[in-house]
Amino acid sequence: MSTVLQNLVNQPYKHGFVTDIESDVVPKGLSEDVIRQISRIKNEPEWLLEFRLQAYRHWLTMAEPMWPNVKYPKIDFQNISYYSAPKAKKKLNSLDEVDPELRRTFEKLGVPLHEQKALAGVAVDVIFDSVSVTTTYKQRLAEVGIIFCSFSEAVRDHPELVRKHLGSVVPPGDNFYAALNSAVFTDGSFCYIPKGVRCPMELSTYFRINTQESGQFERTLIVAEEGSYVSYLEGCTAPKFDTNQLHAAVVELIADNNAEIKYSTVQNWYAGDENGVGGIYNFVTKRGLCKGVNSKISWTQVETGSAITWKYPSCVLLGDNSIGEFYSVALTNHHQQADTGTKMIHIGKNTRSTIVSKGISAGVSNNSYRGLVKIGAKAEGARNYSQCDSMLIGDKCGANTFPYIQVNNNTAKVEHEATTSKIGEDQLFYFAQRGIGAEEAVSMIINGFCRDVFTQLPMEFAVEATKLLGLKLEGSVG
Amino acid sequence: MTQKILLDIRNLTANVAGVEILKGIDLTIGAGEAHAIMGPNGSGKSTLAKVLAGHPSYEVTGGEVLFDGKNLFELAPEERARAGVFLGFQYPIEVPGVTNSSFLRMAYNTVQGARGKDELDPLEFDDYVQDKLKLLDMDPAFLERSVNEGFSGGEKKRNEILQMAILEPKIAILDETDSGLDIDALRIVANGVNQLRNADNAVLLVTHYQRLLNYIVPDYVHVMDDGRIIKTGGKGLVLELESRGYDWVADEYRARHAA
Repeated sequence: MSTVLQNLVNQPYKHGFVTDIESDVVPKGLSEDVIRQISRIKNEPEWLLEFRLQAYRHWLTMAEPMWPNVKYPKIDFQNISYYSAPKAKKKLNSLDEVDPELRRTFEKLGVPLHEQKALAGVAVDVIFDSVSVTTTYKQRLAEVGIIFCSFSEAVRDHPELVRKHLGSVVPPGDNFYAALNSAVFTDGSFCYIPKGVRCPMELSTYFRINTQESGQFERTLIVAEEGSYVSYLEGCTAPKFDTNQLHAAVVELIADNNAEIKYSTVQNWYAGDENGVGGIYNFVTKRGLCKGVNSKISWTQVETGSAITWKYPSCVLLGDNSIGEFYSVALTNHHQQADTGTKMIHIGKNTRSTIVSKGISAGVSNNSYRGLVKIGAKAEGARNYSQCDSMLIGDKCGANTFPYIQVNNNTAKVEHEATTSKIGEDQLFYFAQRGIGAEEAVSMIINGFCRDVFTQLPMEFAVEATKLLGLKLEGSVG
Repeated sequence: MTQKILLDIRNLTANVAGVEILKGIDLTIGAGEAHAIMGPNGSGKSTLAKVLAGHPSYEVTGGEVLFDGKNLFELAPEERARAGVFLGFQYPIEVPGVTNSSFLRMAYNTVQGARGKDELDPLEFDDYVQDKLKLLDMDPAFLERSVNEGFSGGEKKRNEILQMAILEPKIAILDETDSGLDIDALRIVANGVNQLRNADNAVLLVTHYQRLLNYIVPDYVHVMDDGRIIKTGGKGLVLELESRGYDWVADEYRARHAA
């Protein structure tokens, strides 16, 4: 039966193919000249170049973080090319104009770019390597005053908004990888929801890393003005490569008074093969600022890919009565390593936060939850509830929980619960004795384990996530 | 009796972790019969139950078992279940996050599918399961709880019999189903089992107390000791064991075999 336990995780990466499109690649290496070149290619204003250069100069003084519970060879930052874009011939107005090769790639990936998606009410801002190729439903969103476009377009068309908010939640010198991103980011998504507007559809972005050895440095900025609401979905896949690829994204969310941002991620980047060769290094900084009173930011993530995940979507609860939530499923298999969690920084009065983290480890993988709950001195009546559950499949994987709690106000209530469970022979035998085979059993147990998180995902995503976990664990239980 | 033989165990031996626990079991169970296996702790009763169901920790080292004419050991545990072998667990396993209703429905549909019968959708299954709940005097709210999680000992055992009622096995092996039950619950569970009995199925009760057998009256009683069945009798043997204990049976057996 233990071979059943081993087989259920061994599903080859389904999206492993390389698209043959000419790329416009800046030579490898990083210097002020490279940054100036990127900025020039992108026709950026002077203030943005200054932002990049300051970030770069700061980055030069910083050291790579060594505290995560992950191991990998030293990254040679001079051996990465920092800009790669499909050679766009002209501006695209409709999907028909998109490179057919590119469209086939999206179809293979199942990226729902076609019209059926309109019925499902999803606008997709497609990012291929570093440049946005097309944005759908922009017009419909524009009718209610919502701006949803690539970061480059935002810089060009709405420079005042970008300038006001860029780096306001994750400052350029925040951490090593955020500084690197700030210096070299090439594109990403920008979303602006004006005062009082409830976004009429889920906004969705699919990311895909393509050119080999091209670092991906996405930048996402979402601003929700007073009383607005937006639900944003981010889904990721990448093709199979032997060389490790660095991905260091920065996501900033800002919610004003009574505004709510719901940010959901399903991450399925190439995790390396079953011997731990290749795979994406996913070093991401995601942070939301609950700036206004009664504002709310929710992070929901299903992390199944990448060789290494280093990611702590966080909330800074500045406004009184603001709410931060973090719901996470992180699955690691084979040689994958994940060190992920959240930070909830309570500054305002009566701020509340909820953390629900579910870690699933299989193969010889290592899965760590790392979280900080900080209650500031002025955060009267702040409350936090944290629940961190780990599940082990097989006996060669690891799970760790590193909860940090700092309370500087004695009216605060902080609760932390943690469990570790194991899908073992006895559980599988119980299912088998009721006629249920090992794969169905594991799928049921895992979905049950993740239920509290999946219910937070938008319906469509929840279905995808359920399938994805089943796929990732296929063959790992015997 | 000349009725159909459901389970035929011949000279079965089995190890767990390299230690021989079953040392040659012979037992034949016919359709419509109720058998009880009694004996002191450590005699191998539960091992026999788990070996028959196919628990992976137990290694069959010899003998054979025919179930409904087929070689039982050629079937994987889930195939045995689908073919109609049911084990009521002594210690039912907790499955956090999986609701009882989805677990029961998955089990039911898998077994139905294997028997070439129609599966039920959630609404149809709910109707089906309500009747079964009544049989065991169980609260429907119980369906929405996670499988066995936080259940009392008695609730777990009732849940086992509920599963038996839903899966309608040919042979139900009930391992210490009476432990953890108060007298009222015992009566309800026993009554449930009795109602599920018919001329085509059989039950094998593994217990070391008499009280369950007051309610589910066995046709045959077997005494197990040190991995063997050392005495077989009718229901009268239960009372004798209750008043005299097991030692005399073992003494008799040794005397017989020393000769």
